[in-house]
Amino acid sequence: MTEHNENTSEIRYKVVRSTSASQVGSMIGLILLITLVSLPYWGDRATIRLFVEIFYILALAQMWNLLAGYGGLVSVGQQAFIGLGGYMLFIITINYGVGAIWAIPLSGIICALISLPIAFLVFRLRGHYFAIGTWVVAEVFLLGFAQISSLGGGSGKSLPIAIVKSIADSRNGRDAAIYWTALFVVVATITIIYLLLRSRHGLALTAIRDSEEASNSLGVDNFKAKLLVYIFAAFGTAAIGALIFLTKLRISPSAAFDINWTTTVIFIVVIGGIGTIEGPILGAIIYFLLREPLSDFGTWYLILLGATAVIVMLKTPQGIWGIITKHYDLRFFPVQRRLKLKSHE
Amino acid sequence: MIEWANTIIQGVLTGGLYAMFAAGLAIIFGIMRLVNITHGDLIVLAAFIAMVVIEATGFNPFLCLIIVIPIMFAIGYMLQRGILNYTLGDDLLPPLLVTFGLSIVIQNALLEAFSADSQRLKAGTIETSSIQLTDGLSIGIFPLITLITAILMIVGLQQLFSLTRLGRAFRATSDDATTAQLMGINHKHIFGLAMGLALALVAIAGVLMAVRSNFDPSIGPTKLLYAFEAVIIGGLGSLWGTLIGGIILGVAQNIGAQIDPGWQILAGHIAFLIVLVIRPNGLFPRTRDD
Amino acid sequence: MNVLEIENMTAFYDDFQALFGISLYIEKGETIAAIGANGAGKSTFLRSITGLVKNNADKFLYKDKTLTGKSAFDIVALGIAMVPEGRRLFPSLSVEENLIIGSHQRRSGNWTLERVYQMFPKLEQRKNISGTALSGGEQQMVAIGRALMSNPEILLCDELSLGLAPIIIKDIYTALPLIKAEGVSLLVVEQDINQALAIADRIYCLQEGQISLSGKPNELTKDQIAAAYFGR
Repeated sequence: MTEHNENTSEIRYKVVRSTSASQVGSMIGLILLITLVSLPYWGDRATIRLFVEIFYILALAQMWNLLAGYGGLVSVGQQAFIGLGGYMLFIITINYGVGAIWAIPLSGIICALISLPIAFLVFRLRGHYFAIGTWVVAEVFLLGFAQISSLGGGSGKSLPIAIVKSIADSRNGRDAAIYWTALFVVVATITIIYLLLRSRHGLALTAIRDSEEASNSLGVDNFKAKLLVYIFAAFGTAAIGALIFLTKLRISPSAAFDINWTTTVIFIVVIGGIGTIEGPILGAIIYFLLREPLSDFGTWYLILLGATAVIVMLKTPQGIWGIITKHYDLRFFPVQRRLKLKSHE
Repeated sequence: MIEWANTIIQGVLTGGLYAMFAAGLAIIFGIMRLVNITHGDLIVLAAFIAMVVIEATGFNPFLCLIIVIPIMFAIGYMLQRGILNYTLGDDLLPPLLVTFGLSIVIQNALLEAFSADSQRLKAGTIETSSIQLTDGLSIGIFPLITLITAILMIVGLQQLFSLTRLGRAFRATSDDATTAQLMGINHKHIFGLAMGLALALVAIAGVLMAVRSNFDPSIGPTKLLYAFEAVIIGGLGSLWGTLIGGIILGVAQNIGAQIDPGWQILAGHIAFLIVLVIRPNGLFPRTRDD
Repeated sequence: MNVLEIENMTAFYDDFQALFGISLYIEKGETIAAIGANGAGKSTFLRSITGLVKNNADKFLYKDKTLTGKSAFDIVALGIAMVPEGRRLFPSLSVEENLIIGSHQRRSGNWTLERVYQMFPKLEQRKNISGTALSGGEQQMVAIGRALMSNPEILLCDELSLGLAPIIIKDIYTALPLIKAEGVSLLVVEQDINQALAIADRIYCLQEGQISLSGKPNELTKDQIAAAYFGR
């Protein structure tokens, strides 16, 4: 039997990221994914279209959450990129013959480039004024595109049938192709955001969000980090916008640059839980569950949504997911690093 | 040539209205660092309240202000103390998201109560009378009254902030709310008064707007953007700058409309973006770091 | 009669406990000094008395009124004023306006603008300049004058000497006996032990959120004070 000298106990630690919840969650997620992939084979048209909408709304919400919840950049003008992405898809498929599906990421890339001069403008404003500045930019696009007659001006443009048919021959085939594209987009969005946040960059973002001064003094380039997030969000949002208007087959300035995109996304993120990946997922589920029965009530439904967002922000700013994590230490997408102490035996 | 002079004059007069939209927004940001996204919707709310008061009393729009201003003041005070005071702090998300949610609530509540129909307040012959300056150049009496009201408003606010006990309390609270408490100032009450004051100004702006042009529940956000642009163009922290900013915005819009009617609002936004590029702090910024 | 009586005060910043049961009393007209190292809890204690920090106590009496749970602006109205750490003048207000705002509560008493200018003549010369454009010492005078304008019965002074040159500190501290002569009770928090000992009727020493020593300056030895201050 060896004797241990009590005065020389070592404490070892390791940095741990996954939780048991995330491991169970991975299993559930996999089963869910397989079910979703198979939907076009057994679901009806309306259900498929509904899920396409759920996917792209959720993807938009994740992007907004990355920008605002993690990047600290609260934009109420992301609809600028949704519309830009949509119009870009129409332009490159109609005028340059780019394949409809490939036009989605390509639109995203082009719009990410366009976001550079926009960032140059809006980054001159801070905080609340930044938010409204982004809204002005979106309005400029709305009014500007209404003046471009080659894109249909104020009444907009439909996607030519030839391009629609190029996606797939049959209507069911097209529905399936778009469905799988949308599913891919939302899974890719969540995966990329998750990996981003787990990386060094993600840690930098969290540091900036928690304290700009402190992170600055530790050598984090605040401006560069924020700019990168903004450009990435522009890419993602525009690509999703391209997808959206591919599914709608028609684009117009008022639909493309509608503030309601932002309204919906903000509600989802706020009510679900800002600053987490699980929050917008929960928020999207709640939003769509409420919408089916309540949307007939028009204005009252919107009043309810608005009031709910206000109450949630006042009483539980971390959203409903925040309430859940307070009571149960659940993390399906663990992005924090925690120290686990191990003492030497 | 005369046409352009006319365009600019009309723009200046319009700018008076925009400056009034902006004054309330500027005060709130100055004192509380809060940008109230419901600001535009509250302008519309004031117009609808005026409409109801006029229908009930038969007053003309100017007279109905006697009732509408106190109502809006009370709404502002209760809004601040009941909801917005709880959002103030270092994090900018809560006030932004709460006022965003409230904006949706107010717009839809107005829609529910009054429908989407376009409305207008009638003020009689004063709406169309004008002073003839020279051939082809005339100044509308009502727009002139609006501009003069805007100037009086700014003068009044300057006096309030620099000469009165309340104005001192506003300035102290905006500098350092914690130390202001040590002076015996109830900061929560001061914030409430500030919002009440802002909405009293909004009441005047809303009624004048409603006489001048049509209104409906959906135009709030546009007015918010005008107010915001006027403040930024003029420079944060300067009330006279806000007036100048409003005038520049009005002139830019009118010039745009002259080129092509569809360009009116767009021209205003572009003027704002240009100022943002060349003078990010506005044309007359106060040196104090916000 | 004790003008301030505190028994077993605790204070928290969110989950972090800063005060662990402080007991202290001030008799009318007394000058009390609270000394202690950085982080000992002196400022927290003053801010608790003035209502800026949430606190709990078995007893927290100002004359016959319980102050627990009262807001800062109410406590000032009752007659407890503070000269805050770092002066904290209002940049948007001139020197004179900074003084005038001290009387926002309009409590009656002897302190007027004229009397403050009598005590600090330099300020009258610079009365229209922005409060923060003055030197550190002059700002401290404004801060003291501002607190006096509310005609307090108790004046709390948080680190008057912080960041000031010794000769300026002497100047500032010559004002305190004048204030004391008007019947104002003083609670002075200081890191500068010598100044504290020179003006105080009694001193308390704080260490890690607790009272480690109390007594009259002439009854305490240097060693006792050093031990209470540094903790060993």
